[in-house]
Amino acid sequence: MGLLDVKDVGKRFGGLKALSDVNLSVKDNSVHAIIGPNGAGKSTLLNCLVGKLIPDSGSVLFNGASVLGRKPHEINQLGISRVFQTPEIFGDLTVMENMLIPLLAHRDGAYRLHAYSSVSSEKDLTTRAEEMLDEVNMLDKRNMNAASMSRGDKRRLEMAMCLIQDPKLLLLDEPTAGMARADTNNTIDLLKEIRDKRDITIAIIEHDMHVVFSLADRITVLAQGTPLVEDTPDNIKGHPKVKEAYLGETA
Amino acid sequence: MFGLSRSDLRLMCVVLALTLFAPIILNPFPTESAMAQFNAGYPDLMQRFVIFGIFAIGFNILFGLTGYLSFGHAAFLGVGSYACVWMFKLLGYNILPGIVLSVIVAGLFSALIGYVSLRRSGIYFSILTLAFAQMSFALAYSVLSNPKFNLTNGETGLQVYSDDPQWFHSDRLPDLPHLFGIPMRATHQLNIGGWDFQFNFGYYVCAVVLIVAFYLSIRLFRSPFGMMLRAVKSNQQRMTYTGLNPKPYTLAAFVISGMYAGLAGGLLSAMDPLAGAERMQWTASGEVVLMTILGGAGTLIGPVLGAGFIKYFENIFSKINDGVLHSWFSFLPDGLENLMVDLVHPFVGKGWHLTLGLLFMLVVTFLPGGLVEGGQRLGRLLTGRRKASSDAEPNPTPAE
Ligand SMILES: Nc1ncnc2c1ncn2[C@@H]1O[C@H](COP(=O)(O)OP(=O)(O)OP(=O)(O)O)[C@@H](O)[C@H]1O
Ligand SMILES: [Mg+2]
Repeated sequence: MGLLDVKDVGKRFGGLKALSDVNLSVKDNSVHAIIGPNGAGKSTLLNCLVGKLIPDSGSVLFNGASVLGRKPHEINQLGISRVFQTPEIFGDLTVMENMLIPLLAHRDGAYRLHAYSSVSSEKDLTTRAEEMLDEVNMLDKRNMNAASMSRGDKRRLEMAMCLIQDPKLLLLDEPTAGMARADTNNTIDLLKEIRDKRDITIAIIEHDMHVVFSLADRITVLAQGTPLVEDTPDNIKGHPKVKEAYLGETA
Repeated sequence: MFGLSRSDLRLMCVVLALTLFAPIILNPFPTESAMAQFNAGYPDLMQRFVIFGIFAIGFNILFGLTGYLSFGHAAFLGVGSYACVWMFKLLGYNILPGIVLSVIVAGLFSALIGYVSLRRSGIYFSILTLAFAQMSFALAYSVLSNPKFNLTNGETGLQVYSDDPQWFHSDRLPDLPHLFGIPMRATHQLNIGGWDFQFNFGYYVCAVVLIVAFYLSIRLFRSPFGMMLRAVKSNQQRMTYTGLNPKPYTLAAFVISGMYAGLAGGLLSAMDPLAGAERMQWTASGEVVLMTILGGAGTLIGPVLGAGFIKYFENIFSKINDGVLHSWFSFLPDGLENLMVDLVHPFVGKGWHLTLGLLFMLVVTFLPGGLVEGGQRLGRLLTGRRKASSDAEPNPTPAE
């Protein structure tokens, strides 16, 4: 049994079968990539894992416990953090505040009425946020308004916000989409560093094969809502079914 | 000091000085001068400045921080007013129990309305709060005022009658609202030269409450809770996926702002022990929205300025009638005098709403940050370009 076990999950949108019979097991301390053509159901699957969508059938177990029916914030508190396909950050707040919020959520839980203490007196948290910002090379932007940053910086910030919570499982939905080559390579390096330094499991959805093959321990290929194959990167590379799914070739 | 940063402490001191010296600051013109009608330093109006300032500070905690625009906050003000008068009727004229109860009742009532309204967001939330407030108004105006069960005394308004129990009332105590025997109406007159300053006890009671309310709002703005409220406004999706539940945060902000409104309502009754249903009407709810936006939503001092601004207009501009206008333009030849009076007439007296509307439009168009932004721009202009270079670097200080 893995850290995350997806069993027979199905999800329909009206007449459209977005997912059917999805079985997937993400091993502890591994990087698991999910690839597949546009509309294959990758984001839908991810949404089922974090509580945004509830699957019509099947089960999702995290650390042996079912996450189905739990609210997104409860699932996060279990140790699952998520990076979105388009960066979701607190645009009106400063970069530093963007880091402090996940830290507070991690320390104090889903809700705590701290209306009389001051944010600036949280020295511990500030120090940890600074360390994390330093790790992603954003310390100089700490007082910037998050919305005014470049798209690449927003992604890095979102990643840092997830990582600072020390999640057991990090879910990434196309973390390099729309990035320039150099930024993509930086992201790969960052993720490698995270993987090596931390006790973390990563599930990553990605179109960029360069990213996938540099990071993944295992790859699941999803097509039309169903996993085609699951294997190591080397075996996936030449797999006929994968070629078929991607290029529409008949094998 | 007091858990405030240096700039917040400075702001606190400004508010402290302004409220304590208001009877002098608001009376710049000698009593006999032609400008005396622009003086605002009389007890009744100063009490209103401060009470509506408290109302707006509270409203800003909800609207300024979370972005949830309530159109029903007058309901909590009204409930607070009624609660306070009921304490007068039952216990006696000491204002303390009344004010405490008005805060509690408004808190409970806002928890109820907030819980339902906050199931929706955006325009639907606004409409729900508006509907609840209008329902409360209708309840207060007619339903809850029948011979069998008279909670609000309907159209007449709730007031104290001589056959009310007033359990703790005694002959030694004044027969009108007081604090441990000192009546709210007690006023010390100070005549200096042509000036006439009035130091009213009721005003200072309100002023102290405002200072405490303002201090608490600064603490809240700078607290982790305040930061979470801004996060609610910024991105609720990110919030939930960061392990936070936005619902209780928003509800808490709603209840806190409802309690501020109740406090303001209680104070209104404490200054004048008569609570009417019209305090709950939608126009009253709209007024606090205008105050907050005009002053600068999301800023600390803005709502107080906006409240003062609107109450000044309501009370001063509305008093300028044609007689006053004629005396202003009497130096002109007759025909021109009448023309000028006719031109200005629609904007003063009963037409003060028109002037306020125009000013509101100008402020919102040219100063989206409200009067506070105007003040900041003015300050920058006055301190010159010296600071211009340091402003250029990214330094988004949270709004003051
Ligand atoms: N909320 C929804 N309502 C209806 N249909 C949806 C919804 N979300 C996704 N779909 C459909 O489900 C299918 C799978 O979508 P999904 O977003 O999971 O694909 P994807 O693999 O993430 O694609 P991409 O690579 O473009 O991100 C698509 O056909 C999509 O149109
Ligand atoms: Mg997708």
